[in-house]
Amino acid sequence: MSQPILELEHVSFHYGARPVLEDINFTVPAGDFLGIVGPNGSGKSTLLKIIVGLLRPSSGKVRLFGVDHDRFKEWTKIGYVAQNVAAFNHSFPATVTETVMAGLTASLGLFNRPGKEERMQVEEALESVDVLSLKNNTIGELSGGQQQRVFIARALVSRPRLLILDEPTVGVDMENKERFYELLTVLRKQHGITLMMVSHDIGVVTEQVQSVACLNKKLYFHGTPGDFWSEDTLYRVYGPAARVLHHSH
Amino acid sequence: MFDFWAYAFMQRAFFAGLIVAVLCPTIGVYLVLRRLSMVGEMFAHVSLAGVALGMFTRVYPLAMALGLSLVAAAILEVLRRSYRVFTDLAIAIMISAGISLAVIFISLSGSFNMDLFSYLFGSIIAIMPKDLMLIALVGVVVVILVLLLQKELFFIAFDEDAARAAGIPVDLVNAVFVAATALTIAVSMRVVGILLVSSLITVPVAAALQVGRSFRATVTFSYLFAILSVLCGLFLAYHVNLAPGGSIVLVSIIFFILAIICRKFTGTGVRWVAAKHISGGTEK
Repeated sequence: MSQPILELEHVSFHYGARPVLEDINFTVPAGDFLGIVGPNGSGKSTLLKIIVGLLRPSSGKVRLFGVDHDRFKEWTKIGYVAQNVAAFNHSFPATVTETVMAGLTASLGLFNRPGKEERMQVEEALESVDVLSLKNNTIGELSGGQQQRVFIARALVSRPRLLILDEPTVGVDMENKERFYELLTVLRKQHGITLMMVSHDIGVVTEQVQSVACLNKKLYFHGTPGDFWSEDTLYRVYGPAARVLHHSH
Repeated sequence: MFDFWAYAFMQRAFFAGLIVAVLCPTIGVYLVLRRLSMVGEMFAHVSLAGVALGMFTRVYPLAMALGLSLVAAAILEVLRRSYRVFTDLAIAIMISAGISLAVIFISLSGSFNMDLFSYLFGSIIAIMPKDLMLIALVGVVVVILVLLLQKELFFIAFDEDAARAAGIPVDLVNAVFVAATALTIAVSMRVVGILLVSSLITVPVAAALQVGRSFRATVTFSYLFAILSVLCGLFLAYHVNLAPGGSIVLVSIIFFILAIICRKFTGTGVRWVAAKHISGGTEK
């Protein structure tokens, strides 16, 4: 069995005295597509920030690619697209190419400048998300869906093995959402990238993912989408007011 | 018309001005994009305290300004990390500390004199050879540092959290950048004065943002506007007998206004030219 990409053991996090995450335990195997769902304030984004090193857990262990978090150095193996990336400064004078090239900063190392090989990597990343034709446009003049793709390209350009997405479809219209999920399928199946995605859209997420983690400070569920719907997880996590509406299209 | 070039003091003034014209946008572009323009004001006030301390202790004021600015840079970084959400509060505290220390040292030394005025308003034509050497040395160090860290500074300015998550040593890069800012302000005040130095840091960049269609183009235009402002400002000051510091900054503001007019009335005109010839792209 291949080594898990991510291991969380008894991870807890507090803001002062307020618990945000309590005793989270799960692993993510290589090649998985994990959807993380839960109500507002359940700690989903906090968990992602702990995984990518923006926050330190109050207790517990995080292991990435078998290495303890504190000793992990290969951050270029992880691509991260934060929540609400569309809230960046739209008048920042960066072209799409310059934005994506920034994703190679860490892999180039201090004092090194990008060359021909890096420019080709950027074009490959832009092509993989279908925005190569926009490479000379400024990032602020793109649509929300196009910006989302550019930020994904920035996360992909360093050829990560794990891609972490926090609410990636917020502010994106339905057509672009569908294209976005098609892109994720290609990334997983053709490029072998392990995916973790936080989303509020439980219905869509459970249709797309291979496994689901349901969080509300504690981990209430971790398993397949089929088992997620057959248990009373929604009731336990969202409370008695939760209702499931079935749409036929 | 160019007879001023015969005078050694004017030669030093132009060289010092050109070095500062390169230094200020080198730092300014990142300060403006990170919305830290007030950091320039902060270091200006701290530099004033350093100059006043130098006059009080009879130590070379420019060196004192440099030293105190570096200390302030270290304190600012500590405050920023402790109060990450309230960076502007940390800057406001440092501005207050700088000006209050300056007032105290000035009153202790009784040094409300021409020397102090030359630091307040700039005295580019009074730059001595040792001043020019110090400005040149700082210029070389800062430009090399920023060029070496250019891509890290860009990523941090664009998205600091993403830069941190990517494994970039953000705190270290920020510390080096703040120190470079401190040094830039301290030497630039000899050219335009403490009261105007933050204008030379920000106004050419603001003008460049009106016409630049990429980060590379914005940086290029920033240098262009800053250098032209210094050259035209000094030329004007010599021939019309105006204060050099004020002339330089006023010319940079004129460029800013012209850039806004260009953007408003010519639309993609100038920006298309910029995109084609500077960023190497083609408009769609």
